[in-house]
Amino acid sequence: MNSLTRLLGWVDDRFPLTKLWKEHLSEYYAPKNFNFWYFFGSLALLVLVIQIVSGIFLTMHYKPDAGLAFYSVEYIMRDVDWGWLIRYVHSTGASMFFVVVYLHMFRGLIYGSYRKPRELIWIFGMLIYLALMAEAFMGYLLPWGQMSYWGAQVIVNLFAAVPFIGPDLSIWIRGDYVISDATLNRFFAFHVAALPLVLIGLVVAHIIALHEVGSNNPDGVEIKKHKDPVTHIPLDGIPFHPYYTVKDIVGVVVFLMVFSAIVFFAPDLGGYFIEYNNFVPADPLNTPTHIAPVWYFTPFYAVLRAVPPMFGSQFPGVIAMGVAVVIIFFLPWLDRAPAKSIRYRGPIYKTALTLFVISFVGLGWLGMLPVTPLYTLLSQILTTVYLGFFLLMPWYSKIDKCKPVPERVTG
Amino acid sequence: MKKSLFLVSLLASTMAFASGDIHLDKAPTNLSDQQSLQRGAKTFVNYCLSCHSAQAMRYNRLQDIGLTEQQIKDNLIFTGAKVGDTMTNSMNKKDAKAWFGATPPDLSVISRSRGADWLYTYLRGFYRDETRATGWNNVAFDKVGMPHVLYELQGEQVLHVEKHGEHETQKLVLDKPGKLTPAEYDGMVADLVNYLEFMGEPIKATRMKLGVFVLLFLGIFFVVAYYLKKEFWKDIH
Amino acid sequence: MGIQCMSQNEVDRSKRRFLIAATTAVGGIATIGVAVPFLASWMPSQRAKAAGAPVEVDISKVEPGMILNVEWQGKPVWIVNRTKEMMDLLGKHDDQLVDPKSEAKQQPEYCQNAMRSRAEHANILVAVGICTHLGCSPSEKMKAGPVSGLGDDWPGGFFCPCHGSKFDLAARVYKGVPAPTNLVIPPYKYLSDNRILVGDDSKGA
Repeated sequence: MNSLTRLLGWVDDRFPLTKLWKEHLSEYYAPKNFNFWYFFGSLALLVLVIQIVSGIFLTMHYKPDAGLAFYSVEYIMRDVDWGWLIRYVHSTGASMFFVVVYLHMFRGLIYGSYRKPRELIWIFGMLIYLALMAEAFMGYLLPWGQMSYWGAQVIVNLFAAVPFIGPDLSIWIRGDYVISDATLNRFFAFHVAALPLVLIGLVVAHIIALHEVGSNNPDGVEIKKHKDPVTHIPLDGIPFHPYYTVKDIVGVVVFLMVFSAIVFFAPDLGGYFIEYNNFVPADPLNTPTHIAPVWYFTPFYAVLRAVPPMFGSQFPGVIAMGVAVVIIFFLPWLDRAPAKSIRYRGPIYKTALTLFVISFVGLGWLGMLPVTPLYTLLSQILTTVYLGFFLLMPWYSKIDKCKPVPERVTG
Repeated sequence: MKKSLFLVSLLASTMAFASGDIHLDKAPTNLSDQQSLQRGAKTFVNYCLSCHSAQAMRYNRLQDIGLTEQQIKDNLIFTGAKVGDTMTNSMNKKDAKAWFGATPPDLSVISRSRGADWLYTYLRGFYRDETRATGWNNVAFDKVGMPHVLYELQGEQVLHVEKHGEHETQKLVLDKPGKLTPAEYDGMVADLVNYLEFMGEPIKATRMKLGVFVLLFLGIFFVVAYYLKKEFWKDIH
Repeated sequence: MGIQCMSQNEVDRSKRRFLIAATTAVGGIATIGVAVPFLASWMPSQRAKAAGAPVEVDISKVEPGMILNVEWQGKPVWIVNRTKEMMDLLGKHDDQLVDPKSEAKQQPEYCQNAMRSRAEHANILVAVGICTHLGCSPSEKMKAGPVSGLGDDWPGGFFCPCHGSKFDLAARVYKGVPAPTNLVIPPYKYLSDNRILVGDDSKGA
């Protein structure tokens, strides 16, 4: 034991190991009243690790070549020992990443975690979400199935709607006149190297910013306002380690049960996690009758389709879709309510949030369906609700009647 | 509870296999029936493999359905392939395109894109149609390029269309009987579809078995982790 | 105050220690359970195994004094039909060899003999043409004498261009060269007088 302590001392003189451990775990004081919704941050980190490890091993067997890609995935599924498991872990991880991140973001919405002084945490989080969307989109091309191919074709063609430079821009992105081997290679490079680096960097920034200001909690009160006069430890704070580490282990195990159940019993999850048409090799001459992006993109896809072409251009739809994503960044400045947490907010915000959830889920559902006049109308209504939630927030959050917020957490 | 069930079924209906509006018959497949899988494999190499390949499937993988390497070599390999080779065929892709209007697709993962029910309906759904170059059409796949390879066994069906006002019902009627009775033919197709389903994901049975152990293990993990958490959180008031 | 005073009784401490140990143990098993599939994915795949399957070779065209190169598991395998003269020379330079009796396990048991070949076809040498030094493939210097460039008393054999290791026509290594052991004799068997199966020596069908 003594020699271990000496070794630790030797390291600490040269690298702040103990200091980092204390700052981020054993002496990071988190509010003691975290509930169910607070599992998803650590779970997102877990899924990131799962994706990086399984992704590295897939890269060892996968061939980023239009002629070989499709069957190299089947090669992994059949010929590589345990390759099927690694592949299913990665494909399930992709969808579960979004499940976890959406729930994590929803937590932020209900407890006002984006509010001052946590604006930068929210911005970093949104940048993670954007990088994750790019990561997922480019990764989805790699199996080189019909949905990979035509999904990429449709999305890259959105860039062609940009006025003046659009057509050249989309050709530049693809490196060819259609999605091709060149596109596959550059998407591969982004998917396995560039974007993971960006993601890791942003996650580090997200956590550093969080640990600088401290975590929010279901009451939306600042625990740093009431500190022990002697120790200067927040009265409602408990050390992250061991209390939240042991708690998060429970969350991780439950999550792994769900994750394993999908991987072992329903890896395509009825066509949501792996689309059936993606078992048909990409064929540039033959479009599937119905193209829908994977479920986690469908809300924004529905927004895109809800806006009709104007002046012979798809651009307004593209703009609407972009706005639907970018507007989330501004949440910290749109919300003017005196209370952060839904527990103390008035009926207007509760109604607005319910409508927002309905619009998001509804758009997600509509984004998977083929276009009909009725569905288009529904998409337009829900898009309006979705945008209204944000755009009207400065007004309705101000007039909403909030309950008094307690001084200390309520447990 | 009811609400969420409704939601699930709603979602399920939106993501069905891309099959259009055709009524699909339920395929009576059973991946644990090795006899059926072996019969299906035999039908597959005899009838399908001359035009279609299964380039992801190795012959020796058939050991998973209870065959020995020697049995595979003696009974199922007609192409001179080695037992470790994949199921390729020698048909020239350009010729195939000229003959059928389309290259016969590789069948390695056909069950995963089409689903067993579609395959079961399709393989029993050929009927005589003189407007088609091959003389055949199919209820599950209109204007299909493939002729009815199994017609000697099934016989020849014709399509009867009956109109009831707005609705019209399509009915397949056996015109000339084949070597097999309809029940025997359905059984043979069921075996073949069973095999195609196996071939689409040979690991499926194993992963299901493994999954049970993984979940049981995680169950134990949960109990331990739960008590650990409970013990530490005694401190918090 | 969030945390109770640190005056936990002894029962609590031992319970905690036990639960930490139990969680660590179960977590450790889980980690191993996850690591095994990932590490196992580095083993030769079914495709590599199929490509490395035993190779059947027809040797009817290999005249005495000739060598045939075949590929097995991606490695060069030499099949040499040694003439009577070549075989007569093999016993005469044992003092210059590292392991003249082939005592190192570089060959199947049935090839641990003077010719390092199967007794029923002693003239046929089957050897993996990869130098036991650092994995280069030696070149054939089968002709005896000065024509080889390896001295007047060269009995015929193989010479590794990378670091100068020398082997005789039974693929045995000479003293004073970097290669430590004789070349590997792969498992093989005769399907008929003219057909060899390289990579498989199992008996029966």
